[in-house]
Amino acid sequence: MIDTNVLTVSENMKIDKNNYKYNTTNILNHEDDLQCEEFEETPLYAAVLTYIGYAILCLFGWLRDFMRQSNIEKKRGAIDPNASLDFVPLYQSYESFYTRNMYTRVRDIFNRPITSVPGPQFELAERVSDDYNWTYRFTGKTISAINLGSYNYLGFAERTGSCATDAIDAIKSYGIATCSTNSEIGTQFYHVELEQLLAKFLGVESCIAFGMGFATNALNLPVLASKGDLILSDELNHCSLILGIRLSGACYQTYAHNDINDLEKKLRVAIVQGHPRTNRPWKKIIIVVEGVYSMEGSICRLPQLIELKKKYKAYLYMDEAHSIGAMGKSGRGIVDYFNLNTDDVDILMGTFTKSFGSAGGYIAGKKSLIDHIRVNSHANTYASSMSAPIVQQIISSLHVLNCPEGKNRISQLADNTRYFRQKLMNMGFIVYGNKNSPVVPMLLYLPARVTRFNREMLRRGIAVVTVGFPATKLLESRVRFCISAAHTRQMLDTTLAAIDEVGTELSLRYSTRYQHRRLKDI
Amino acid sequence: MGSSMTRGDIENLATDFYGLLESFKHAPLYHISFEIFLVLAVIWLVVFRKPRPIEKKLTEKEKQDLIDEWQPEPLVPSVDPNHPALNVRVLDGIVGKTVEIDGKKSLNFATFNFLNFVGNQRIADKAIQAVQKYGVGSCGPRGFYGTIDIHLELEERLARFFQCEEGIIYSYGFSTIASIIPAYSKRNDILFVDEGVHYAIQKGVEASRSHVKWFRHNDINDLERLLAEQEVLDKKIPKKARSIRRFLIIEGLYVNYGDICPLPRMVELKYKYKYRIFMDESVSFGTIGQAGRGVTEYYGIDRQKIDLISSTLEYAAGSIGGFAVGSSFVVDHQRLSAQGYCFSASLPPLLAAAAIEALNIMEEDNTLLFETIMEKSKRLHKKLLSIKGYIISGDEISPLKHIRLTHAFNTIGRLEEIVQFAQTRDITITVARYLNDEHLLPEPSIRLILNVEMTDEELEFLCAVLQEALVKVTT
Repeated sequence: MIDTNVLTVSENMKIDKNNYKYNTTNILNHEDDLQCEEFEETPLYAAVLTYIGYAILCLFGWLRDFMRQSNIEKKRGAIDPNASLDFVPLYQSYESFYTRNMYTRVRDIFNRPITSVPGPQFELAERVSDDYNWTYRFTGKTISAINLGSYNYLGFAERTGSCATDAIDAIKSYGIATCSTNSEIGTQFYHVELEQLLAKFLGVESCIAFGMGFATNALNLPVLASKGDLILSDELNHCSLILGIRLSGACYQTYAHNDINDLEKKLRVAIVQGHPRTNRPWKKIIIVVEGVYSMEGSICRLPQLIELKKKYKAYLYMDEAHSIGAMGKSGRGIVDYFNLNTDDVDILMGTFTKSFGSAGGYIAGKKSLIDHIRVNSHANTYASSMSAPIVQQIISSLHVLNCPEGKNRISQLADNTRYFRQKLMNMGFIVYGNKNSPVVPMLLYLPARVTRFNREMLRRGIAVVTVGFPATKLLESRVRFCISAAHTRQMLDTTLAAIDEVGTELSLRYSTRYQHRRLKDI
Repeated sequence: MGSSMTRGDIENLATDFYGLLESFKHAPLYHISFEIFLVLAVIWLVVFRKPRPIEKKLTEKEKQDLIDEWQPEPLVPSVDPNHPALNVRVLDGIVGKTVEIDGKKSLNFATFNFLNFVGNQRIADKAIQAVQKYGVGSCGPRGFYGTIDIHLELEERLARFFQCEEGIIYSYGFSTIASIIPAYSKRNDILFVDEGVHYAIQKGVEASRSHVKWFRHNDINDLERLLAEQEVLDKKIPKKARSIRRFLIIEGLYVNYGDICPLPRMVELKYKYKYRIFMDESVSFGTIGQAGRGVTEYYGIDRQKIDLISSTLEYAAGSIGGFAVGSSFVVDHQRLSAQGYCFSASLPPLLAAAAIEALNIMEEDNTLLFETIMEKSKRLHKKLLSIKGYIISGDEISPLKHIRLTHAFNTIGRLEEIVQFAQTRDITITVARYLNDEHLLPEPSIRLILNVEMTDEELEFLCAVLQEALVKVTT
């Protein structure tokens, strides 16, 4: 049995919710432990208060539904044009209970429109609601805010600079679209150039690019897996992976998040027993993981996964949506971060939206794999080929990453990440994830605190992303900071000061492992 | 013969029997109870016991052997290196009315560039302005600061163009309808789908896990038959039927066939059988109807009667992405439940700007552009019909037509030869590509697409080349 937890259990060792044993005394000194992660347990009082919070919201929800039903309160929201004609209702009322009674109350913290480039600082369009978030009107003014919500890890969301100029030149030379699919008459030289450049950057034989990251997973997993295969996927995988797995028709099982022991157990059972009903041996087994998990901030345990996959002859599919460009000394992703061989990961997938400031996704691997995908992929045969300026932005940013400026960005991101995480933990907030991951989730638990935090931060000129149920578990609502290489030390300090203030006001310091301190005391 | 048993024998038997009984009385209790137990056990074994299966308990060594012996298949099967997808023509420059391949320019009848917006200067200028204001990518999904004011403008403009209440945009044409269908139709619902719909709709139907009832392509009688059958089933379970939603999924103008759906009758049936209509107008947006509003305008049907119209910005509008328009009640639901909208990055602002400018051009021109394209489609149709030896599939006003050879001859190999020959004569056309797991794989064909800026001479030239190619292939 592979045991990732090689340290012996002693008084200083605690086990966190992902079964990762950690040493409480010298957690801050794990410089060379690339897999040093923390997921502190939910404190009991926070859990109780959260449940009470949701219970109160439900009660009020039922009360309001009752009042709307008996026409005491006016029904808001759009009305079915076919309502009086005896059609089956389009939405069941219990399905939209959450939307009507909880989401709409706090709708203003989501879907905020911006009016400038989504860089480290941006302009939000100010909108007000006169009827408790059912409708909005724009005042015409803009709010300037520090951006901790957009996926801009290497700071390529710029409207000036070499990438933007190259994109403009591409529009002039190639137009916006080709209006055809890649397999018919839509392949241009720049598509070929992109794929070759990306393959060289990642250190793989070949690569294929698509116009949408979500579609890359959903439309290509059915090409790789089919009926008679088994897919073992991490329980916190993104919904595009889950959709792709479902559409493929293969059987699938989930294993506990990042838990190598559970995965090994399931692998052994799968190979010994075969298909649960017919006992036929599986044709192949694919393990699907993500590089960096966007809600947890954890990094997949790649060294152990590769060992496992070689031992049991399985295949590994890694979705590097958040880690390509952001992790590793040269930005080549998790494989680079752990200094491993790219040949060991069978299928590397990634997106261009997060670190390259563009749009789209890619799959990389051996030439035989990519040829098979090119022939059979749904996206290659039916979807329009990528637009010229989008492709040019990726090519330009790849060129930048290969020169010293790019190395600066990568190290700046790593610095910013470590600094920000360290300060937050030192203040006594619960922060999940690996100390090197640029995704920083901070736990807030109570639904009311989640929304209040968001609004208070915006009042102080900082735009953050807060997520709750159903994107996360019911108890674990959080705020997720996305650090960027373009954030200056000053911006981070302003943010930390604001978090310090709001955190004190709302009593957000839940940690029992770290002391609760004010920023000025650190 | 008389009794063979003498009186003495009977007496002996009786004595023996009596002796037996006496011995029972004298036997120890444990002996008797043991005998009774044995008898009962025999009865139980014979009557009641079922054969128990032998449990397969493997030892650790056996399990390890199984694990060591198991050999997976290779990750991917080998692929024919001559497959057309691996040997595509690579283009250079703007793919507009003409394309450049290997340094030579040729007329383009292969891309979905109906209104010739690719390479349009106004659209390019607006896109450049958008890059200078917003950069290239949008860096986030719509819920988390990926909503840019230009998206809201585009949604509003689309809704206004179609005279509907609300619009919603997606960042990829394929994902649009593939995300919309599962957002409304769940496991217990029923979908009535035309057999000839394109692949993205098939994927959306598959992802929804609903009951699917396919009806023959454009056959309204077949649809009525299915609806009547469903009504009969509904009467048997009236309470459950009240919670089963029904949808009709059709296309305005079918990409795979080029013909228009019989919409008026379908709308009539909608009110009779109580289903909702989701219509995909990818090809008919910007090409059919006096102002380019699609099949509803062509038939003069009130657009409010169609519950949702979905379309793409990748064909006539010359940009990337997709959209849906309809009443607020229907469209707003997608903002929280359509996966391709909520969990994917939003459309890059420069593509949204290009689409807005395309809409501006369409609205300014109002009717001239669309009258022209419908007129030219009719003319092309007439010209193509005059070439003997081809079967032309598609409506006469459709700018998208499928050309096939006569039945016995129609193979992909021959069609590829025609395409290659046309390329040598500086005409670019393409064989329509499909994957083998389509629900109803269309017959091989060449998909001809009309660009509104093509002149009459160019159409004549196309027909002449096709005629020559036919001669070359059939000899």
